[in-house]
Order: sequence, then structure tokens, then C-alpha cells
Amino acid sequence: MNICFYFQVHQPYRLRTYSVFDIGQSKNYFDDEKNKEIMLKVAKKCYLPTNKLILDLIKKHKGAFKVAFSISGVALQQFEECAPEVLASFQELAKTGCVEFLSETYYHSLAYLYSKEEFEEQVKLHKKKIKKLFNQDPIIFRHTELIYNNELANYVEKMGYKGILAEGADHVLGWRSPNYVYTPKGTSKIKLLLKNYKLSDDVAFRFGDKSWKEHPLTVEKFATWVEQNEGDSINLFMDYETFGEHQWEHTGIFEFIKHLPEEILKRNIGFKFPSELLIFEPKAELDVHNFMSWADVERDLSAWLGNKIQESAINELYMIEESVKKLKDEKLLEDWRKLTTSDHFYYMCTKWFNDGDVHKYFNPYDSPYDAFITYMNILNDMIIRIKMKQGLKVSPNFKISEHSSSEIRT
Amino acid sequence: MRVLMFGWEFPPFYSGGLGTACYGLTKGLSHHNVKVTFVMPKGPDTVKSDFVKLLVADKAFKNHNFRIKKIDSILTPYLNSQTYNEKFQDYSLMLKKQSTELLYGKNMFEEVYRFSEQAKLIALSEEFDVIHAHDWMTYMAGIKAKKVSGKPLVVHMHATEFDRTGGNGINQYVYDIEKRGMHEADKVCAVSNYTKSMVVQHYGVPPEKVEVVHNAVEFSDRQIYRIEKTDKVVLFLGRITLQKGPEYFVEAAKKVMDRDPNVKFVVVGSGDMEPQMIEHAASLGIANRMLFAGFLTGEDVNKAYQMADIYVMPSVSEPFGITPLEAMKSGTPVIISKQSGVSEVIQNCLKVDFWDVDDIANKILSLLHYETLHQTLKHHGTIEVDKFNWDIPAEKCLRIYNELVR
Repeated sequence: MNICFYFQVHQPYRLRTYSVFDIGQSKNYFDDEKNKEIMLKVAKKCYLPTNKLILDLIKKHKGAFKVAFSISGVALQQFEECAPEVLASFQELAKTGCVEFLSETYYHSLAYLYSKEEFEEQVKLHKKKIKKLFNQDPIIFRHTELIYNNELANYVEKMGYKGILAEGADHVLGWRSPNYVYTPKGTSKIKLLLKNYKLSDDVAFRFGDKSWKEHPLTVEKFATWVEQNEGDSINLFMDYETFGEHQWEHTGIFEFIKHLPEEILKRNIGFKFPSELLIFEPKAELDVHNFMSWADVERDLSAWLGNKIQESAINELYMIEESVKKLKDEKLLEDWRKLTTSDHFYYMCTKWFNDGDVHKYFNPYDSPYDAFITYMNILNDMIIRIKMKQGLKVSPNFKISEHSSSEIRT
Repeated sequence: MRVLMFGWEFPPFYSGGLGTACYGLTKGLSHHNVKVTFVMPKGPDTVKSDFVKLLVADKAFKNHNFRIKKIDSILTPYLNSQTYNEKFQDYSLMLKKQSTELLYGKNMFEEVYRFSEQAKLIALSEEFDVIHAHDWMTYMAGIKAKKVSGKPLVVHMHATEFDRTGGNGINQYVYDIEKRGMHEADKVCAVSNYTKSMVVQHYGVPPEKVEVVHNAVEFSDRQIYRIEKTDKVVLFLGRITLQKGPEYFVEAAKKVMDRDPNVKFVVVGSGDMEPQMIEHAASLGIANRMLFAGFLTGEDVNKAYQMADIYVMPSVSEPFGITPLEAMKSGTPVIISKQSGVSEVIQNCLKVDFWDVDDIANKILSLLHYETLHQTLKHHGTIEVDKFNWDIPAEKCLRIYNELVR
């Protein structure tokens, strides 16, 4: 038995409040101040102390403890812009040889669902960034929010990836265990690694919950649970912000992680990279026709594309892709790409009225409707920029609309 | 549990928010087998027997749980000294004609005192476990009832003097009664967290003494109208007073019209700021697209909600605010002030700071031009308002009574 840790690191470029009256003024779309503030806060509470802790653990266990990261391009870019010490600490981790980096879309986007061309470009951009900053060539792919289906596995196999991550969702696995390697339906070589969501969420969601019957979770208890599992590897996939941000320091999360490797290794259980799991023989073929993800109880796409405002906004975004690219304006293209980040659609989710405090906690807006208004106002502004660059006339009484994209040249 | 309640006449005879809340709460309590003796002021011009008959016929009540006691008085919840005097003059004339003896107080405060003396007599003759008084005009009555009976008193804050005046020109007498009522009470109910914080901040009431009991709303089947119109309509509906923020509506209207001239703004209601608002609209040059429809009642109100594409409630200070729920029920998306209690309990709406005219205009324009947003709010809003139910606040009140009686 092995444990495979993968941590997701991501911070979006949040938008500034953009009013109807700002349309046509081409103001900055992004709330630089707030993004910096959040980055510094999370750096202090999570990234810096956890990186330090992991570095110490790697040194202490001399190669026996290892972890994988998937860091979105927009997070890396924000480290460079306002928290270089965080980037340096990740680079230091990379040098130990005990850290593996995974591939994803640079902008943490849903491009795969709307534009395969954009998807490939964003993956390439991310690959380049990882190579440049950490000198690694990832061979494992993980899609934004662990979104996954057969078609995606086939697609990234063709792109050259040897492994892909996904949620070990009950509705897909049934009686089968997530602790084995699987073959995605229709593929030949690529292997599917599934998240053990029970054990992952024990740490990521339930750790500090005093009403949970297993609280407090000790390393001994957790290691025993791991031992009781059968299979090749328990894949513990979670947001890196679990440490110090979702689970605050006072819950004892840092102490937990500090002592976990020792307790695990004591029981002859090893730590592995995702790429090291590729040696295991696949247990079976897994057929996942519909998209699944790691979000909410539904484990589907409904957190980003579950209502009409989300659909309308994302459709309009991809309607202008071609025009944006044809103009060969770097700033415009980067602005557009920053708008592809999945978080913008997550903020428009209306499900959080019922469940998911998680949505509420991470939402910079008062309501999903405010998120939509700001987003659409920005798209309207971008469309005016495009029109002007295309040499089209922009009347001072231009119409505000959900379908302004129809007015530009394709 | 037996409650002696000092409240206000119910709809349809009285249609203000306070009467509606008293009606809903009493009905909810009757479902929890609480026996309510409901004491209310009753003027000479209201139809005497119909009200009780109506209640008897109202299947919502378990009638054996409910009795009414009336005190002859011309108090109504939204009076101020000036409007009281006007009303008093009217009645004096009317009663002189009938050569009936004049029994009302010469001014509002005298009338409040007279009402409380009458209440004392009722308290002496009735059997009950708890006293519950709604808004300041009945607080004196509640205090006296507590004195003569020794029973615990709950006072219910539906609005504070700060809400009514926007903090300017607080009537000291009213403020003092509110304060005294809350301090002598054993528990204070506030209709929202917003009101609770006002009560704690401005009246020095300890927060642990104040319990938030959000209002509810229940709808009867309403008639659906087919309204034909060419322009989009944005609606304001409420008293045209400082508290309701009509000037922010007018100013937002101007900003919207500068961007989109094909919109009509309709103001339904009356109040002391009406002439000023009409003038303001004229001076902004938008008088031709801003209609002042006056005070409407009953089905006309319903029609107004249905005709509107957007309802705006820019209140400066709104303890609760039931009108947005009425609008949502009619399928009209709402923009409401964050300085309102109702904003704590609904999600499928747009929220603004009342003073942020740019944001109000931004949201009006967004709703007018992003049709998916309009549809989504309409859809979710209609569903959301149906979750309200007076049994929930009634249950909360019952819990409060039980704690006090124990």
C-alpha cells in the first residue's frame, strides 16, 4: 500500500466591480489590490508555513516522503507579481527531487468544454511555465476541478500524457475501489488515478469539525484507516489551502501533517508520486461517459454550469475567442484568458443558497447575480475594445446586451 | 399558553405592514395552540362587527384560540403628532355633528396615555400568562398591564424612531417610550438583525435581551393581469417619506434614462415628500417619463407589481420590508437596500446601498438588458418567496413565552 499526495494550488485574478457605466472606458478589469491582499494573506497562513513544513519533512525522511503539486499558471503568475518568496519556496521544494508537478490549464479554465484549441494552448502555456520555473516536464494531467470523462482521457493521451487524475466518485465506481489504477475507456496506455474522497475529505473538510464523531483526528487513527484499506495506493487529493486556510492553524492541522509521514512510514506504507503509480497494472477499464468533478455533493459540472446565467456568460466569452485571437493584441488576449478562469463562473452559482458554505466562503461577491453583472459588463467592454480595433464604429449610445458579440467581425 | 396581545387592526381593514404582521403572527400562534386575547384600538369610522365576523369566517384561525378586545381610540400605527392633530380635528367635527361626547386625547400623546389606561382595565379582568405589545404606541399599555398583573412582558420592535425619521428630528417623547418599553420588558423581539443592532446601539438594550424574529409573508391566490405596454417599467411603491429613500429612486432614474431613454419610472404611494419629488424629477428633466400614480390599494397594488419589470426599494432604513416579497411573488425581480431587514432573508434579489445611486442605476440597466439575469431572478425569486410561513416566527415567539413563564 502507498499514499499519493497531490495538492492543488490556485488563485484566480478576481474582477473589480465593473459597472454598466464603466463599459466603453477600458478600465482595468482586475482587482489588483484585493488579489494582492488575498495572495499575501494565504501566503502567510498557508503557502509559506506549509512549504516550510513539507521541506522539513522531506529532509527528515530523506526521500521517503514526497508530494505532488498542481499549481495553476495564474497562481504562479501572481506569486511572481506579488509574492516572490512563495515562488522561491516552491522552487526550493522542487530542488529536493521529492516534489512532482502536474499539468493543467494555465488559466484554470473550462476551455476543454468550449474550445479544444484554446485548451491545448493553455496546457502548453502551463507546461512551459513549469519547465521554466521548476525544470520539470509533467507527464500526469489533471483537469480544472478534477473534471473528467472518457473523451478527455482520450484527448490528453493523444497530447502525450501517461496519467490523468479524477474524482473517485461513488456513482462511477460503484462497488469498486479508488485505490487501484484504472484504464479509461477507449484508451490504450494512459492510466487513471482516482481520489479516495473519504480519506481525502477527512483531512480537507472534516478535520476541524468538532461535531464530527471522529474528531479529533489523530495521526494514529488516520494511519490505521489507511492500513485497513486494500489496494495499491490511496490517493489523497486536496486543495493546498486546506492547511492553514480552510483548516485554521488552531485546529492542529499543521501538527497532524508534521507527524503523519512518520506514523505512515512506521507501518511500512510508502509515499509515491502520481507518475510512480503508472507501474501498477490497471484493475479494470472505467467507463465515464458524463463529466464528473470533485465539487459539491453532485460531483458534476453544476457548480460552474448549473444555471442559465453561467451558461450565458461562458457562451458569450467563447463567442469572441476567434476575434480576440485574430487581433494579435497580447494584452487583449491575456485579459480574455484571465476571464476563462473557472472561478468566475463558480461565483455565479445559485446552488449555494441551499448547501455549500464552501461556495459562500470563497465568493468575493454578495451574490451570484452581482458576479454575473460585473462579468457581463466586462465582456461588453471587451467587445467594444474589439470593435474599435476592428475599425468598427462605436456609437456613444451603444447598446448594452448579453449578445454584443454578434456585433463584431468574426 | 395564554397571551394578552396589544396590536393593530388586521388587513383588509388596515393594510400597513404592522397590521399584516399582527395578523400573521396571531394566526401562526393559533396553529400552535396559543390562546390570544388581541387588544386593539378601534376608531369610530371602522365598520364595527365585520372585522370579528371576518375573523370567525377565516379558516386560518382556530377560533377558540382567539378573542378580540377593542379599545375605542383613533390611534393608527403610522401617525405622528401632526397627522394625529389633523385626524383629531376631523373626528371632533364628525362627532360634534352626531352630538357624541368627545373622548379622544387632545394630542397623540394624551391619546396613547388614555389607551394605556383602558388597557390596564382589560389586564385586570383577563387571564393570561404573557403580555406581548407591538410598537411604541402600545408599549405604555404593555407596561401598565405588566404592573397590574405581574406577568412577563414582550415588546416587539417593528420600527424604531430612527427608521421613521432617518435619524433627523427624533421625537424625544416617542424615543423615551420605546426605550422605556424595551427596558421594562422581559424580552424584546426585533424583526431583523438590522433592527436588533439599532436597538442595541441607540437604546442601550443588552444584546442578549433581544431576540430576532423575522417577519414572514403568506400569499393568497392572486389574479393575473394581462398588461400591454410598450416601455419597460421600473417601480417604486411605498410611502414617499424620508425613510423610504424616494430621492435615490429619482436620481437613479435620471442616470438610467441618460443611458436608455425607453424606460418608464412609476412611483406609487403618497407622503410628505411627494411634492418635493415631483419637483426634483422635473428639475432633472425626466418628468415626462416619471409617473406619480398616487396612493393605491388592493388589486391596483397587485396590478402595479405585475406591470413592473423591476421593483426598487431604496429604503434608508427598513426594519423589515414586506413589499419586495410581494413583488417577487408577482414575478418581478427586485433591487433592495442593504439597510433593510428583508435583505437578511432573501437571496434571489439584487442588493444595494441606498445611497449608491450609481449602483442602483447599474443594476436597473443590467436587469433591463441582460435578459437571462431577469429570467433567473424571476424564476428563483418566485420559488423563494413561497418558503415563508408565519408558523415559523410564531414558533419562535412561543419559545420565548415558554422561557419567560418557566
